Amino acid sequence: MSAAVLQKQFESLLGGHLGWQAKPAVETVPSGVPEIDRVTGGLPRGCLTEIFGAPSSGRASLLVSILAGATARQEFCALVDAEDGFDPLSAAAAGVELPRLLWIRCGHNAEHALRAADLLLQGGGFGVVALDLGDTPAPAARRISLTSWFRLRRAVEHTPTVLIAVARQSNAKTCASLMLELSRERARWSGGALDSARLLGGMRVAVARRKPGLTLTAAWETGALE
Amino acid sequence: MFACLHGTGNLAAVAFDFSPLVERTAPDTVTCDVAGLDRLFGAAQELAAALARRAAETGAQAAIALAANPDAAICAARGFAGVSIVPQGDEAKFLGRLPVALLGPSAELRETLERWGIRRFQDLAALPPLGIAERLGEEGLRLRELARGEAERKLTPLEEPARFEEELELEYPVELLEPLEFLLARLLNGLTTRLATRGLATNELRLHLQLETRATHERTLRLPAPSLDGKSFLKLLRLDLAGHPPAAPIERIKLSVNPVKPQAAQGGLFVLAAPEPVKLELTLARIQAIVGEGRAGCPELLDTHRPDAFSMQRPGDGQHCPKAPVETGAPLAFRMYRPPRAARVTLASGQPSFLAAEGIRGRVLKRAGPWRTSGDWWTTDPWSRDEWDIALSDGALYRIYCEVRGWFVEGSYD
Repeated sequence: MSAAVLQKQFESLLGGHLGWQAKPAVETVPSGVPEIDRVTGGLPRGCLTEIFGAPSSGRASLLVSILAGATARQEFCALVDAEDGFDPLSAAAAGVELPRLLWIRCGHNAEHALRAADLLLQGGGFGVVALDLGDTPAPAARRISLTSWFRLRRAVEHTPTVLIAVARQSNAKTCASLMLELSRERARWSGGALDSARLLGGMRVAVARRKPGLTLTAAWETGALE
Repeated sequence: MFACLHGTGNLAAVAFDFSPLVERTAPDTVTCDVAGLDRLFGAAQELAAALARRAAETGAQAAIALAANPDAAICAARGFAGVSIVPQGDEAKFLGRLPVALLGPSAELRETLERWGIRRFQDLAALPPLGIAERLGEEGLRLRELARGEAERKLTPLEEPARFEEELELEYPVELLEPLEFLLARLLNGLTTRLATRGLATNELRLHLQLETRATHERTLRLPAPSLDGKSFLKLLRLDLAGHPPAAPIERIKLSVNPVKPQAAQGGLFVLAAPEPVKLELTLARIQAIVGEGRAGCPELLDTHRPDAFSMQRPGDGQHCPKAPVETGAPLAFRMYRPPRAARVTLASGQPSFLAAEGIRGRVLKRAGPWRTSGDWWTTDPWSRDEWDIALSDGALYRIYCEVRGWFVEGSYD
């Protein structure tokens, strides 16, 4: 007896259509950049979101913006920093509430970062867990097996946590529910030492949603680092 | 049922081992409520024997008496040596032979009773109550009740001293962490039970290990919030001892906790629940075992303009300063290189034109600077540098700086 016949029998017995296959809508949270939220609908909870791009393509700016939004919602966040590159000063300037951010400094060890992220997800209770492999050399990041990414995806499933991975290229492949590729369009220079916004005035970043569905693009301007 | 211990030694400690309701009747007399202990010990004789054994173990020398009311037990303990069990309903007969002086009458009353020839409990118990009330007043009536073993009253409870520590002396020195864990579990179980019976929790565990070499190994674990989760405490102790193992086999274990009131917090209805504090502490301990101590925590900016000045705090220790969300979109973020990478910089007309450092090499396409900063010149560790932001031909934007020691790449904008 096929599954379809069984389902029809059940439906006739219970008197109505059963939404067996229907998945509940995934809850999303804003990224802090309206242009990105327009093309993605927000970052899905309980899923892996991958942000990738070349160095200086705005990945850290987007990550800090996500963390600032989450801490403003009084969520406790964790940043697993594989290369020990997080700058608390610029994060605080972007609005991140540092007392709500747990920073794990992995000292240039991607394997430690993966294990730490796994422990954090198993522990639960975080609004955002970010795994920053942004400065990890591409060959080292590529060596992370798909099994590890699958394990992280399973750990975050059915939890209210947003799991974010930042890297130079896409590593998680099918395990990521949302993939954002960033690239820098141009840098805005302040023009000299007398400018109040130090030297680099910001940059314009293009973002392409690679998954799910068709590629959608947007662009946004970052502010200056004061 | 009440038990009375009369003698020398730490009688209160013996009584507290059997009952939470203990009265210090006199410096040498302790009375406790032992109702319900028959389910545990069986007959009253068994309970009395257990009390005598415990007293002997603690080095106390005491006469023990059990009775249906506290005053009958007190009179029996003071009047008879050894163990006495006053049968319920026959108190007057049992206590009859005891001298009236045991009831502690006033000097005037004692003289009157002496004149009347009343010397024993049974003599006083036989007198008519109305006659006593007329001649001896209220005190006389109370003494008659005591002599008949009929006085009913409630105990004045003694507060048990809050001492939350457990000690264990081992027959053989323990070398491995696994058997030590079993012993710690036993001690923790006792401590958490004792805390729970008093409605308390703990926020600090102190472990004191005496080693075979006569040295001591001490560890203190502080929790971000009071808790009673013995399993988590055990895991925390295991992780801590794995990270800081004792230098020699262990001969004696002492574990003490800091008793505090449990913390109750009401979470927001629409706010995501934060990690449970003890669970977070456990996760942090596990992560620190991987990445190293002091490499996980909440960053806190220091009150200085010195670059990259921050300290790591335990979660919950930092002060929350709610900030208004930045409304201008995502501001530019910076990635630090720790430590800064030493660089070789070629200058053209006093400005950087080429840069080579570990993993970075290229022509400077665009630059802005110098941005001159300095500070702490009044201290022994001053700093001064010229910063440049550069766009390199490798496609990235860097911050470089020049100081007395040379050129460095501080990090990249991302």
